Order: sequence, then structure tokens, then C-alpha cells
Amino acid sequence: MNELAITVIGRDRPGIVADVAEVLARLGANLTDSTMTRLRGHFAMTLICVGPAAAEVEAALAPLAADGQLLATVRAVSPDGETAPAGEPYVMAVHGADRMGIVAAMTRVLAEASGNVTDLSTRLTGSLYVVVAEVDLPPGIADALARRLAATAADLGVEVSLRPADPDLL
Amino acid sequence: MSEEYAGLGGWTPDALALPGQVRQVVTAPNPVLSRPGGEVDPTAEETVQLAADLIATMRVSPGCVGLAAPQVGVGAQVFAVDITGHPKAVTVHGTFVLCNARVVEASRWKAGREGCMSVPDLTGDVKRASRLVVEGELPGTGKSVRLATDGFEARALQHEIDHCAGLLFLDRVAGAHAVYQRKVYL
Repeated sequence: MNELAITVIGRDRPGIVADVAEVLARLGANLTDSTMTRLRGHFAMTLICVGPAAAEVEAALAPLAADGQLLATVRAVSPDGETAPAGEPYVMAVHGADRMGIVAAMTRVLAEASGNVTDLSTRLTGSLYVVVAEVDLPPGIADALARRLAATAADLGVEVSLRPADPDLL
Repeated sequence: MSEEYAGLGGWTPDALALPGQVRQVVTAPNPVLSRPGGEVDPTAEETVQLAADLIATMRVSPGCVGLAAPQVGVGAQVFAVDITGHPKAVTVHGTFVLCNARVVEASRWKAGREGCMSVPDLTGDVKRASRLVVEGELPGTGKSVRLATDGFEARALQHEIDHCAGLLFLDRVAGAHAVYQRKVYL
């Protein structure tokens, strides 16, 4: 069974999700995990599906991109299986005046501490830049990491907070 | 209600005995919003004026249920709250201003959507205590008060106390998908 990673990006309009899902359904591709959002108005969808060969899906999606407004890519990926959460879940929030390199610098600090970003969103509104990252951290490092993040944030002139993610279990 | 939670003791904005001026509200990333405010003398004339100005500014701002000194560019631990008439209001203490306020009891944490005049284009999901006891001082008399509240007023108080500590709701959002572009402007 092939596992495929598909991205569809481009000018937003009603019906893109339906068009993509219809193509996949027709080919017997089972849509598993997916996410879709609009990034500054652009349509952006990433999904994993299981089923047919990559070339077959690529050909079937080609008409969607024919008008040049959408870009669809299909790639076979090796199934990784579900990876167990590697550490303690935290949320890093950064906000401040927009400037080059905020995400690069802050996520580098996370990476150097072996923090694994599991979800990320950024927003620019006016001159305010906001980054929210969910990150799995090795046990016991959060306090030291928070100090390093604060130092890097101070260099950038932005604010940072690192808080445990809400487990919110029943 | 016990003496311990005597609330505001009948305090109203009339106690300030001076008219408030509408001040300009500053927005992020203005650094004053990220600096902890200083403690104030609640009986000082400038504190009383600030209190009156916060109320005046809150009243001319549609949908505004609270305003803290850093939001008008003053790094001080003073804020105004008034959730009167809000559809989500449960306990309501009317219009009031607290100085040097701190949370002394917080429980029953619940997620809710928050906005902020200083972050006008975004909202976010934030977990706050829905049962809250706050201590602070009233502007003018300087009288210490202990206020027990819940629900929406508790959320508003925590939001404003955060402002006085240099924190925005953005510092407490629940996750990467808990920040939203504002769809409705009041």
C-alpha cells in the first residue's frame, strides 16, 4: 500500500477541497491525516493518503492545476507509523514588532534543546508578529530553556513565554 | 455575603469626584504593554486621575469591558472593569477600578475566547479561573478590598491583572491553532 504526501497550494476559491477529495475518492485513495487553512488568503492544504501510485494521483490532480492558479504535488513517503509523544508538551508564544528571523532564531533555540515542534502558526497583523509553537521537550529542561528563549527574545526585541500545554484529559 | 468578601463597599466612579479624560489606547507591539506596571499610591492625585481616565476611555470604546493603565501608555498597576450588561455576565460588580490588584484564589479553569483593544486584529483561546478572589485597593480612599467573582467578570479581571504584569492574552494562548483573525469588530 502506497502512502502519499500531497500538497495543494494556490489562489483560494470555493470547491478546492471538494475537488481534491473527489479525485482521491475516485482513485480509491484513503485520505487519512489532513490540514487545510488559508495563509494570507492563499489556499494551503497538506494531506496524507493511502492507496494508489503517486503518478496516478499526480495525473488525476493535474487538471486542477491546469489554469495555473493551483499547484498540486504528490510524493510517495515511507510510512513512519504513529510515533509516541517524545517528551513533555509545551506551548511557546512569541510576539513583538515584525522583523527578519524571529521564527528562525526562536526555533533554533528549541532545536538545540532537542525540542520537537509539533505544531506551529505565525501571524502578521499590522506591525505585530505572533508565533505560537507547540513543542515536545525532553523532561526537566523547560526552566533552563525558558531562560535561553528569553535571552534570544530580548536580542530580537520580542516577548516570549513557555508554558506547559494543557493536557485537558477527561 | 461575609465581611471577608465585602466587595467594593458601595464604591462607584462618583467617588473619584473628577471628570475623566479619554486617552489614546496603545496597541502591540508597543513595549509599554510588555513591561510590568509599577505599584501605585491609590490615594495619589495622579492615580485618581488615571482611574477616571481609564473609566472614561473604557466607556467610549465599544464592547470594552476592561482597560488597564499600560493600555493607555502608563506602566502602573491600575485597571478599570465594567461587564454590566454583557450577555456572558454572571456576577457583576458594576464599574470599578482597582489598584495593585492580585489574585489570591483561583479555581475551576475554563477555556474562553478573548480579545483586547491593544491587539485589535486577533482573538485567542485562553484558560482562566472561573472562580476568583482578588485583593486590591480602591483609588481615592485607598481602601483595601477583597472581591469574589466568577465567570466573565473573573476572566476580565485576570486579563486586566495580566496587563498590569506586562502580559497579553497572546502569552497564554492554548496552542498553535488558538489564535484567530478577528471577524467581528464591535
